[in-house]
Amino acid sequence: MTLERGTAAAGKDLWELRLYVAGQTPKSLAAMSNLQKLCEAHLAGRYTLEVVDLFREPERARGDEIVAIPTLVRKLPAPIRRIIGTLADTERVLVGMDLRMIR
Amino acid sequence: MSRTRPEAGKTPSVPSLTALSKSPTGIQGFDAVTQGGLPAGRPTLVCGGPGCGKTLFALEFLVRGALQHGEPGVFVSFEERARELAQNVASLGFDLEDLQSRRLLVVDHVRIERSEIEETGEYDLEGLFIRLGHAIDQIGAKRVALDTIESLFAALSDTVLLRAELRRLFWWLKDRGVTAVITGEKGTGALTRQGLEEYVSDCVVLLDHRVTGQVSTRRLRVVKYRGSSHGSNEYPFLIDDQGITVMPLTSAGLAHEASSERVATGVAGLDAMLGGKGFFRGSSVLLSGTAGTGKSSLAASFAASLCAKGETCLYFAFEESPGQMIRDMRSIGLDLESPAREGRLVIDSARPTLRGLEMHLAGMHKRVEDLRPSAVVVDPLSSLESAGDRDAVESMVLRLVDHLKSRGITSLFTALTHGGDALEATQLAVSSLMDTWLLLRDVEAGGERNRVLYVLKSRGMAHSHQVREFLITGEGLRLVPAYLGTEGVLTGSARAAQELREHRDEEAHRIEHGRRVSEAQRRRLALEARLAELRAEMASQDEELRRLEREEEDRGKASETAKAVMAGRRGANGKEESVAGATARRGGRVQKGAMS
Repeated sequence: MTLERGTAAAGKDLWELRLYVAGQTPKSLAAMSNLQKLCEAHLAGRYTLEVVDLFREPERARGDEIVAIPTLVRKLPAPIRRIIGTLADTERVLVGMDLRMIR
Repeated sequence: MSRTRPEAGKTPSVPSLTALSKSPTGIQGFDAVTQGGLPAGRPTLVCGGPGCGKTLFALEFLVRGALQHGEPGVFVSFEERARELAQNVASLGFDLEDLQSRRLLVVDHVRIERSEIEETGEYDLEGLFIRLGHAIDQIGAKRVALDTIESLFAALSDTVLLRAELRRLFWWLKDRGVTAVITGEKGTGALTRQGLEEYVSDCVVLLDHRVTGQVSTRRLRVVKYRGSSHGSNEYPFLIDDQGITVMPLTSAGLAHEASSERVATGVAGLDAMLGGKGFFRGSSVLLSGTAGTGKSSLAASFAASLCAKGETCLYFAFEESPGQMIRDMRSIGLDLESPAREGRLVIDSARPTLRGLEMHLAGMHKRVEDLRPSAVVVDPLSSLESAGDRDAVESMVLRLVDHLKSRGITSLFTALTHGGDALEATQLAVSSLMDTWLLLRDVEAGGERNRVLYVLKSRGMAHSHQVREFLITGEGLRLVPAYLGTEGVLTGSARAAQELREHRDEEAHRIEHGRRVSEAQRRRLALEARLAELRAEMASQDEELRRLEREEEDRGKASETAKAVMAGRRGANGKEESVAGATARRGGRVQKGAMS
């Protein structure tokens, strides 16, 4: 199921991603670079990524239920998914985002 | 206190080293227990099991702070949604939406679902800090409540990180200078599940909701309070339509003033027994007796008489509903309905098992504080035993009596003595606390039961030591002197019979006396008659005597005359001779009459 869905999603949908960070901390930077690599590898051309720095826009934390930093939120396709941490483990990020590809 | 903070560099907001400033919670009674409230600008942990009132405590702290002390607050809820929360406390008169629109409150629901979150790599809770900081800045909040922070542990898996972050959060709150309440679920064997919050908090309040004998009691205890003394007892607290009420129930000591004003008992005969005036105002009265001896009637009489004088009386009835009491008392000529309608008599009926003992006490205190009556009746005290053990009841009564005395409120307690026990042995050893002790008892004789009353003690007044018969009539209560004789105390019809007998004896005696008086009078009259007779006889004798004397005189004169005539006729000796013979004869008769 995951496989089929993942394939379908990977094939057609537009992905809207938001990464919440707080300043230029090592964790934030690590998360950003990990995410960029992952998106280029799996979602090239089919995604938008917005990086929200909560130090600059603290009011946005509430809207996406942000508690931990860094947090990646998959706004689209629904349902909303959240992945917290530096996104170091690509496998787990893909599982978390329903984005397992057939190898 | 001399801990080093993990984040050096930011300046702490500790205002002064001399005194710890406190932030009044506005929760009734809590500020008295903590001598001023929670430590200002520091975090306080409020912990306890489920349903113990943690959330309410935190929320009330914010609402009262906003409304009463002008300190806006931020409520971060990890469990209930803002709307649910608002609904839950609407019944307490807290309008959260209004407070939010007036910028006095921010309610932020932090929702984290484990199922929606994937963890990969390192993270921290800076997001929460930023969110909280933003909410604080939005309204200039001085107070923060986090309910329940450890929900994070359920949603996130890295407990080591969470513990570190939690610790950082406490220091962060301190640095922000907000007075914070953090709620925590009670763990097994520790105050919290993580065993962490209690060490990093400056003040720990433990809420407890215990069930003993199927009766629940809420209790609150200040476990620690850095830099301040505090009451360390367990204090019962209530949650009612006005929120939380903590009862600072340390024994008030014995410093209360004693009034010498008297309060009528409502029964004229009883006033007479108590030095003619009744109870002392502010004294405690115990009315004990077996079932059906008229304890409630006497108590109601007292209440009614107070109300009739325009005073207010609070009547705790643990066995009857107000309606039933009003009806029953009407049958003995007591009108409780009109004072009840006018609000001068407040009948508070509750089954003793409805709440725990402490809760009863707490509730009673609250009622007394709200109403400020001049007298309180507890009817009956003994039924409270079903809500707690004897020691507990005793200490509760002690505290209640102290409390009432300190406010100059006269208190009357009734206590049921069971048939088999000695009459003086009230079930509760409370009699020594009481200033006046009236004992009601049954006297069974001649196939009927009658009631007698006596004053066992009454401090500070010369009271009667007599047993009085206590009559409950359609026109109220009456005391009549019981008959005391060789046969013991006679009451009821035995007393009436005795009285009748005495009356009859008296009547017989009266008749006998009358008879004897008239007999004596008759005899006296007879004597008087005889006396009169004798007097009459004596008078006639006197008369006779006088007559004889007159005759003798006359005769003397005649004799002189005759002698003179005789002398004139000297020579005719024969004639003179015959006159002398006649005189001698009469003289013999005179002599005889004088001798008789």
